[in-house]
Amino acid sequence: MIRYVIKRLFQAAATLWAIVTLVFFLMRFLPIEGYFPEYDRMDETQIQAALTSMGLNDPIWMQLGRFYGALVRGDLGESLIYRPHVPVAQIIAEKAPVSIAMGLSAMALSLAAGIPLGIAMARGGWVGRPAGWFVIFLTAVPSAVYHLFLQLYGTAALGLPMLFSADHPASWILPVISMSLGGMAFYALWLKRYMADEAGRDYVRLARAKGLPPGAVTRRHVLRCAVIPLAQYLPTAVLTTLAGSVYVESLYSVPGMGGLLVEVIRRQDPVMVQALVLIYSALGVVGLLLGDLFMAALDPRVRLAGPARQEKGGSHDSEG
Amino acid sequence: MTARDRALFTLVGPREAEHAAMRSGYSYGRATLRAFCRHRTALAMAILMAALILYALVQPLLPGQHPPSTIYNDAETGLQLRNLPPCRAFPFGTNAIGQDLWARVWAGTRVSLLIGVTAALAEMVIGTAMGMIWGYVRPLDGAVTALYNVVDNIPQSILLVLASYLLRPGLGTLLVALCLTGWLGMARFVRNQVLLLRDREYNVASRCLGTPFRRIAFRNLLPYLVSVITLRVALTVPAAIGSEVFLTYVGLGLPAGMPSLGNLINEGRSLMMAASLRYQLIFPAAVLSLVTLCFYVVGNALADAADPRNHR
Repeated sequence: MIRYVIKRLFQAAATLWAIVTLVFFLMRFLPIEGYFPEYDRMDETQIQAALTSMGLNDPIWMQLGRFYGALVRGDLGESLIYRPHVPVAQIIAEKAPVSIAMGLSAMALSLAAGIPLGIAMARGGWVGRPAGWFVIFLTAVPSAVYHLFLQLYGTAALGLPMLFSADHPASWILPVISMSLGGMAFYALWLKRYMADEAGRDYVRLARAKGLPPGAVTRRHVLRCAVIPLAQYLPTAVLTTLAGSVYVESLYSVPGMGGLLVEVIRRQDPVMVQALVLIYSALGVVGLLLGDLFMAALDPRVRLAGPARQEKGGSHDSEG
Repeated sequence: MTARDRALFTLVGPREAEHAAMRSGYSYGRATLRAFCRHRTALAMAILMAALILYALVQPLLPGQHPPSTIYNDAETGLQLRNLPPCRAFPFGTNAIGQDLWARVWAGTRVSLLIGVTAALAEMVIGTAMGMIWGYVRPLDGAVTALYNVVDNIPQSILLVLASYLLRPGLGTLLVALCLTGWLGMARFVRNQVLLLRDREYNVASRCLGTPFRRIAFRNLLPYLVSVITLRVALTVPAAIGSEVFLTYVGLGLPAGMPSLGNLINEGRSLMMAASLRYQLIFPAAVLSLVTLCFYVVGNALADAADPRNHR
C-alpha cells in the first residue's frame, strides 16, 4: 500500500510539473499586446521599458525559474486588466466561496438523484424507461441548450428570480439544479453499467437461487459492489466545485470562479487566464490522485493490479 | 512445380459440395444490420437522422429557398424585415437584421455537422493509429502513458478555451482545438483493447509466421475494435457540436458572419427576454437537440449491433 501511495504521489507531482511548464510556454506565445491595456497609445521605447520592468525581456529560462519560484511561494501574480494590480489570489479568495457552496449543493443533488435514476435504469420497466430517456437526453443534448431553457421557463413557471443574488435564497434553486444535471446523468449512466456488470456474477445468482427477493438482491448485493467504482470520481467532483461551472455561473451571473474565467478571456488578461488554467489543472490532478488512493483504500484489488481498473471501462473523460 | 512433381502429385481442388454444407450463412454486415433493426427506436432515429442530414445538404438547391445571409427589405417601405414572426415566406421568421432564419438554421446545421464529422473522423484516424502503436509497441507504453496523464488532467473545456485563446478564432482553429484533444480518449480505449489482444495465441502465431505489424493491426486487431470505435465516433459528433456552442458562448467560437447552430443559439439567447422573439432561440435549439439526440441514440445502438456477441 505504501509503495502504491508513493508511486502515485510521485506521478502526480511529475504531472503537475509538466502542466505548469507547458502552460508557461504556451502563455509566452501570446502576442505582447495582451500585456498592456493601452497598447495603441504606447511607443516602442515605452513598450520595451514596460516589458523589461515586468521581466519579460530576460532569457526564457530565467523567467521560467522565477515562475516556479513564485508558484512555490503561492504567488500567482497580479491581475493586469481585469482588476489592475490586485493579486490573483485575492480575487480568487473573494470568488471561490460562492462556487464551492453552490457546487457542493449541486453535487449532493446529482448524487441524490443520479443513484436512484441509475437503479431505475438497471431495472427497466415503467419507471426505468422514462428515466433512461431522461438520462440520454441530458447526455446527448449539449448542456448549453438545456441550461438556457431551464433558465427561461424555470424562472417563469416557478416565479423565481432570473439572476443570482447572494442574499436571496430562492435564486439558488435554478443554478444548483442546472449544475447538478450533468453529474446526475453521469452517475446514473455509470451506475447502470456497473450494476449490469455485477448482475451476471455468481454471487448474485447464488443470492437469487437461495430465494432472496429481487429488491433485496439489488439493495444488499448488486448496489453495494456497483457503487464502489463511483467513489473514485468523488474527490475530483468535490475539488472541481471550486472551479465552478463556467456556463451556468455566467448565465445566472453568479459571482463565482466559473464566470471569472469567461470574463478574463473576454477581457484578455493573460496573468488571470494563466493562473486560472493552472488552478483548474492542479485541481484535476489532485482529484485524480485522491480518487485513486480512495479506491485503493476501499478495494484491495486496485493495489495488486493497478491498470486492471482502467480496463473495466472506468473512465473519467466525460467531463464538460 | 516441375513436370515430375506434377506426375507424383495431383492437385485437389476445393471440395465445393462439402464446403457449401458447412457454410453457416453468417455475414457480419447482414448480422449487424439485423441486430440494429431489432432496436425500433434507434431505427426510427436513424431514418430521421438521414432525412435531416440529407435535407440540410440539398436545402440550398431546392426551389423557393432564400440565401442565408441576404438581408430582406419590405417591398413597400424599403425597411428591413426585422424580427418577422414565422410566416409563409419565412417558415422560421427573420432575425434581428432581416435575414431568413430558416435558411440560416440549415446553413448552421451544415457548419455544425461539418465540425462534428471532421472532429469525429480525425479522432477516429489519429486515435486509432496512436492507440494501436501505444498498445502494441511495448517500450513506448511508459512514455505515452505519462504524456497522456499530463494532457488528460487538464479539463477539456480549459484546453479548448486555451487553444482558441492562443490562436485566432475561426473554423480552422475550432477544428484544430477539437482534434488536438479529442483523439486522446479514443487512443486510450484502443490501447486498452490492444493490450488485452496483443498476446493472445492467434497473434503470437501470426508474429511467429513473420506477419508484418501493419497486417496484424488491420486483420487481427482492428475487427475487434470496430464496436468501440463506432461508439466513440458517434458520440464525438454531438460532443463536438456542443463544444462549438459552448465556445461561441464564451466568445471564442466562429465569426458572427458564419452561421452555425452555436452562433444562432447565441443570437437567439440575446433576444430571449422578449416572449414574441423567443422563436429565434427555439428553432435552432430544437434542430440542434434533434441532431445530437439522433447521433447519440443511433451511435449507441450501432455499437451494440456491431459487437458480434450480440448477433444471434
